[in-house]
Amino acid sequence: MDQPKTPYEKPILVKYQNGWSDKFGRLQAITPMTHIDGQPVQDLVEKYGSPLFVFSERTMVSKCRELKELLALRYPKFQLAWSYKTNYLNAVCKVFDREGSWAEVVSEFEFEKALRLGIPFSRIILNGPCKTESVIEKALKGGARIHIDHFDELSLLEKVADRLGIRPEVGIRVNFSLSSIPNWDRFGFNFENGQALSAVKRLVIGKRLTLSGLHCHIGTFVLDPSAYREATAKIALFAKQLHDEMGLSIKWIDLGGGFASTNTLHSQYLPGNQVTPSFSQYVEAITEGLENLNGSSSEFPLLFLETGRALIDEAGYLITTVQANKRLSDGRRAVVVDTGIHHLITSLWYRHEIVPAQEFGGTFEPTAIFGPLCMNLDVIRANILYPPLKTGDRLVIKTVGAYNVTQWMQFITLRPNVVMISRNGQCDIIRHQETLDHLTALEEVPPWI
Amino acid sequence: MDMALLNRLKDIAISDSGFIFDPYSGATFNTNETGRFILQLLKEGNGIDAIQSEIRNHFKTSEEDLRSDIYEFINLLKEAQLLPKNFKF
Repeated sequence: MDQPKTPYEKPILVKYQNGWSDKFGRLQAITPMTHIDGQPVQDLVEKYGSPLFVFSERTMVSKCRELKELLALRYPKFQLAWSYKTNYLNAVCKVFDREGSWAEVVSEFEFEKALRLGIPFSRIILNGPCKTESVIEKALKGGARIHIDHFDELSLLEKVADRLGIRPEVGIRVNFSLSSIPNWDRFGFNFENGQALSAVKRLVIGKRLTLSGLHCHIGTFVLDPSAYREATAKIALFAKQLHDEMGLSIKWIDLGGGFASTNTLHSQYLPGNQVTPSFSQYVEAITEGLENLNGSSSEFPLLFLETGRALIDEAGYLITTVQANKRLSDGRRAVVVDTGIHHLITSLWYRHEIVPAQEFGGTFEPTAIFGPLCMNLDVIRANILYPPLKTGDRLVIKTVGAYNVTQWMQFITLRPNVVMISRNGQCDIIRHQETLDHLTALEEVPPWI
Repeated sequence: MDMALLNRLKDIAISDSGFIFDPYSGATFNTNETGRFILQLLKEGNGIDAIQSEIRNHFKTSEEDLRSDIYEFINLLKEAQLLPKNFKF
């Protein structure tokens, strides 16, 4: 009887290297991800094509509810506002709207998008350093909340309010010098040098606006919860100072966003899923900082959080297909896949977790994963220890829900379908893949050419 | 294949699990079943056609042309200095 043959695998040769891991930096096991929320990856690609963005409603809802439940335990007077710039696909915004979030927008385009989705003015927060007179007028007329970024904007708001004959309640954005993270002093008025207090005095003297809110946003991907404790304590003390010295009553405090997701920054040594703080740690830090409000007001202010990334990042997946295997000049294996940095801008910031969508065997070897662009910078992972892959194999890139489907660009290839899987397992397209017609519809060729 | 090359290849230690030790440099490597199989055939002085034919006999594969995989592996061996740069079948 013939012996069954051994399955063929491309021959490989991997040199052993010293110093790859120690007791802190263990190698990460790779587990295949054959299904996303119960849907076979292979079926998703056959139906919707590759590459394909997939969003999990279940993850979005569970993350949002987890944060709300923790806040409710410690500071019940809170309100989440969905950060549109993080992901403003209509279906995503509607999920967070349904979960009770307001809309936090930073441009006229985002403002109009929220209104078109049926978000009332009273549930919109307008932030950003470059608000046009047009969007300010719309926001003031409708009663949206505006956080003022600089003195020129303060004057502009006064002008518009004067024209409209109203005295709206507004907030100012404040920035702080914090001990553990860089100071984002390009946004808002600085606290330590007295600029924030000057802005309040200027606003009060103008008598066209009423100061009711304080806003800050200390940074992005903040891995140190104590930075929130420090910032919240400072903003609470500022609110107390305004009350005690000027008789102003601060009705809301907005702490912005900045919570980290479980992604791993290129500069991080340990993987994100081992070091990213929990919501509980962030909430504890914030509520401890708010204890400094004691005595500032008979009524505690409404606390806003504009958390974006930490609520959506883990709900997003990007499925891609292996197009080719090749060898680089140093013998390292390279894999070319059909998605690149034009769909996945966050690969410039993170070492994304990438897992095969099918069972695999064979010896792992150092591998570079490149995108399809004819550009040297199109690198998804420069060096990852990876099992053998065949042309046509599918990979799932995890934790891609934040910033990619807003910052992606049409470049060299078209942008793919985006689908969402509901909590009951229904899968629907939430953004159709682009066609050549979509792009050329905006173009003109002048008759003189 | 010249004798010097054959002797060089014979000195390379390969375990059943694919662990490779090069006594000249002290470097260690890992290879898979296919790589171990090809190295063994190279040690015995086989050429590209014989190696391709033996792979077909031993492994289950639908690949029509195995030469590119074999040449790629030869290049890896050269890069690792387990074969001289001027090695040719």
